[in-house]
Amino acid sequence: MKTLADLKKIREKAQEEMKFRGGNVRIKIVVGMGTSGIAMGAREVMKTFLEEISNRNLTDVLVTQTGEKGLSSMEPVVDVIEDGKAKITYGNMNPDKVKKVVVEHIVNGRTVSDYVVATGD
Amino acid sequence: MSLKRIDLLICCGSGCVSAGALKIKERFHEVLNEKGISNEINIIETGCMGPCDYGPVMVIYPEGIFYKAVTPEDVSEIVENHFIKGRPVQRLMLHDEEKTFAAQKDVPFYQKQVKVALENCGYIDPESLDEYIATGGYEALGTVLTTMTPQQAIDVIKESGLRGRGGGGFPTHAKWQMVHDAKSDEKYIICNGDEGDPGAFMDRSILEGDPHRILEGMMIAAYAIGATSGFFYIRAEYPLAIKRIKHAIEQAKAMGLMGESVFDSKFSFDAEVRTGAGAFVCGEETALIHSIEGMRGNPSPKPPYPSTSGLWGKPTVVNNVETFANVPSIFVKGAKWFASMGTELSKGTKVFALTGDIRNTGLVEVPMGITLRELIFDVGGGIIGGRKFKAVQLGGPSGGCLTIEHLDVGVDYESLKARGAMMGSGGVIVMNDQNCMVNIAKYFMDFCVDESCGKCSPCRIGLKQMYDILERIVHGYGKIGDIEELQRLGEAVSRLSLCGLGQSAPNPVLSTIRYFRDEYEAHIRDHSCSTKVCLALMHFDIDKDNCIGCSLCARKCPVNCITGSREEKYTIHQLDCVKCGNCQDVCPVKAVNRVPGMHPEEKTKRDTLKKQHPHED
Ligand SMILES: Cc1cc2nc3c(=O)[nH]c(=O)nc-3n(C[C@H](O)[C@H](O)[C@H](O)COP(=O)(O)O)c2cc1C
Ligand code: SF4
Ligand code: SF4
Ligand code: FES
Repeated sequence: MKTLADLKKIREKAQEEMKFRGGNVRIKIVVGMGTSGIAMGAREVMKTFLEEISNRNLTDVLVTQTGEKGLSSMEPVVDVIEDGKAKITYGNMNPDKVKKVVVEHIVNGRTVSDYVVATGD
Repeated sequence: MSLKRIDLLICCGSGCVSAGALKIKERFHEVLNEKGISNEINIIETGCMGPCDYGPVMVIYPEGIFYKAVTPEDVSEIVENHFIKGRPVQRLMLHDEEKTFAAQKDVPFYQKQVKVALENCGYIDPESLDEYIATGGYEALGTVLTTMTPQQAIDVIKESGLRGRGGGGFPTHAKWQMVHDAKSDEKYIICNGDEGDPGAFMDRSILEGDPHRILEGMMIAAYAIGATSGFFYIRAEYPLAIKRIKHAIEQAKAMGLMGESVFDSKFSFDAEVRTGAGAFVCGEETALIHSIEGMRGNPSPKPPYPSTSGLWGKPTVVNNVETFANVPSIFVKGAKWFASMGTELSKGTKVFALTGDIRNTGLVEVPMGITLRELIFDVGGGIIGGRKFKAVQLGGPSGGCLTIEHLDVGVDYESLKARGAMMGSGGVIVMNDQNCMVNIAKYFMDFCVDESCGKCSPCRIGLKQMYDILERIVHGYGKIGDIEELQRLGEAVSRLSLCGLGQSAPNPVLSTIRYFRDEYEAHIRDHSCSTKVCLALMHFDIDKDNCIGCSLCARKCPVNCITGSREEKYTIHQLDCVKCGNCQDVCPVKAVNRVPGMHPEEKTKRDTLKKQHPHED
């Protein structure tokens, strides 16, 4: 460590590790993990999100989960929540669809309209 | 890259550890392994989160859900419901009569708090230098070393208005300035982590929960005054604090944040830890310096002050743990920001250890100037068990007691001092209406008599005399004139003692006489303790109307002084009663009462004895 710039580099890397604790989060991905969601493969969906996001070093994306969402016919259900934008809900998700959502929506900012089951609150 | 999605922060401060936090942590590891999701969840051990009484406590991010009093049996449920299904466990959340508080930030205990010194305590892993750096750590040091002269750094502290948090409230910049200006080949910086006040754990918690912050604050001070080595003086009873500071020093050295030419500047620094023997007086700065030098921890007269002749006769700054903890934030967020908090003369925040008859006991940090009412009722949650507030003792064993009429007084150095209490290092003991103030005064006096180093006679002899008078009063042998004698002695000891221990030890007595004089008078003149705490000044009595004649009390009385029959009910023969309280404990219909005042028979007996031996008390 010689300069403030060195310190800043360490800080940025460390902040990435601590991003869950209220850091600089741009997009929140909320996976519905009710009983039916889990039965339909919500855990796989969540894991794929986590993998894709860490493989791409996306530091400002957070994956969390919620309980039953009352959309059981469309499980697994995933909300993508972005500051200042309407919430997008994707349904009938699976690992392949997750990969597409990460590339298209999370990275390139284009909603994958084929999978959308609801928008707004 | 990891696949983490949850940060599970388990409080491993001393309070929560004694409540079983480490077992909870182990259990989490087990259950997460069983479920095969240990790679998704970060388990982090933190320092004290504050509400120690609710321990073990934990916070789960990203939502910041707060759980209290977690047991090993709860762990599976948390994992199953919260971590896997995303449904936080309501049952473990804090709640009041109406509401449940899911997130930590919504818990009322935290609402009026402003955390500066405690900013990271309970939020980061204290053993991770990276986590400290992530919160902006060492940026202040880097900025000061590369862009400021020592004088400029002192000026920033001056503008911030920071005053010492170790008790006296001496302006920090003034102390630094004196040592900066002193001509000497060698200068020293010392962190005072002795914390001898009974019930206090502010400094321990910061040392345990955020050690790098104190190290950084100390290094900035060292640069400002021109010191190249420093000492942490921590009492041996704080092994975890000692371990954490040592660990932090090693980490800082390994990363080049300490040692030669830090940040490529001309500043070099090294620090060592010294353990104290755990005597209250060793926290006094001259005593502490002698102790580091390897001598007895006795105070010496001031002047000379440590700033001119301190450690090994060299100019030395001694600062408290919390004082250093404030320093990095002042440089990162600015002197103006710091000075915008608090009052005209007391800037910033203060950490308090709230204890006593209060709902939320624990570690809190509030802006200076907050009223006692807000501190006790809003942050502390008020008096426990539906009882009434009676008094609050501030400032450690030699602080003073304030009362209900002071609830709207702001907590700052001057306001407290003007009313006979003091800020001290931040111990706050809240008392309900079941406390006898004469007894409380005696308790603190007892502590100070024990802790007096004995070097000077006003403290050694005067305090003992005061203690003896208090002892007489609570045993019913008080005399008219005792109150005046206590005041006379108290003032003399304050004025004539060599060090702060003796100078402030009479405070609890003087302040209780000031605000609870009627209680002293009732003890002396009426032989009555209205709170029924002083055994000599109360008696047990059986209410004949309620007594059902079951004889349980008589059978449990160790001295067989209860007689009676089913028809006549039972009676206590007062002269033989040793006031053990067994009768009250066993009576099934609560017919045995504590009655304030010495029983008339006992009084007559004493008066007769006095007449027979007039020269004895
Ligand atoms: C009997 C006695 C005990 C003290 N104990 C402590 C202590 O435990 N910690 C502390 O920081 N200061 C303690 N002090 C105050 C120190 O002498 C000194 O004023 C303080 O460490 C200076 O730091 P500050 O300017 O940052 O407050 C004590 C003073 C006296 C008289
Ligand atoms: S005042 Fe008490 S503690 Fe201080 S030096 Fe004198 S005897 Fe020792
Ligand atoms: S207080 Fe103890 S000694 Fe006194 S009457 Fe009751 S049981 Fe007996
Ligand atoms: S030790 Fe856990 S809250 Fe204080």
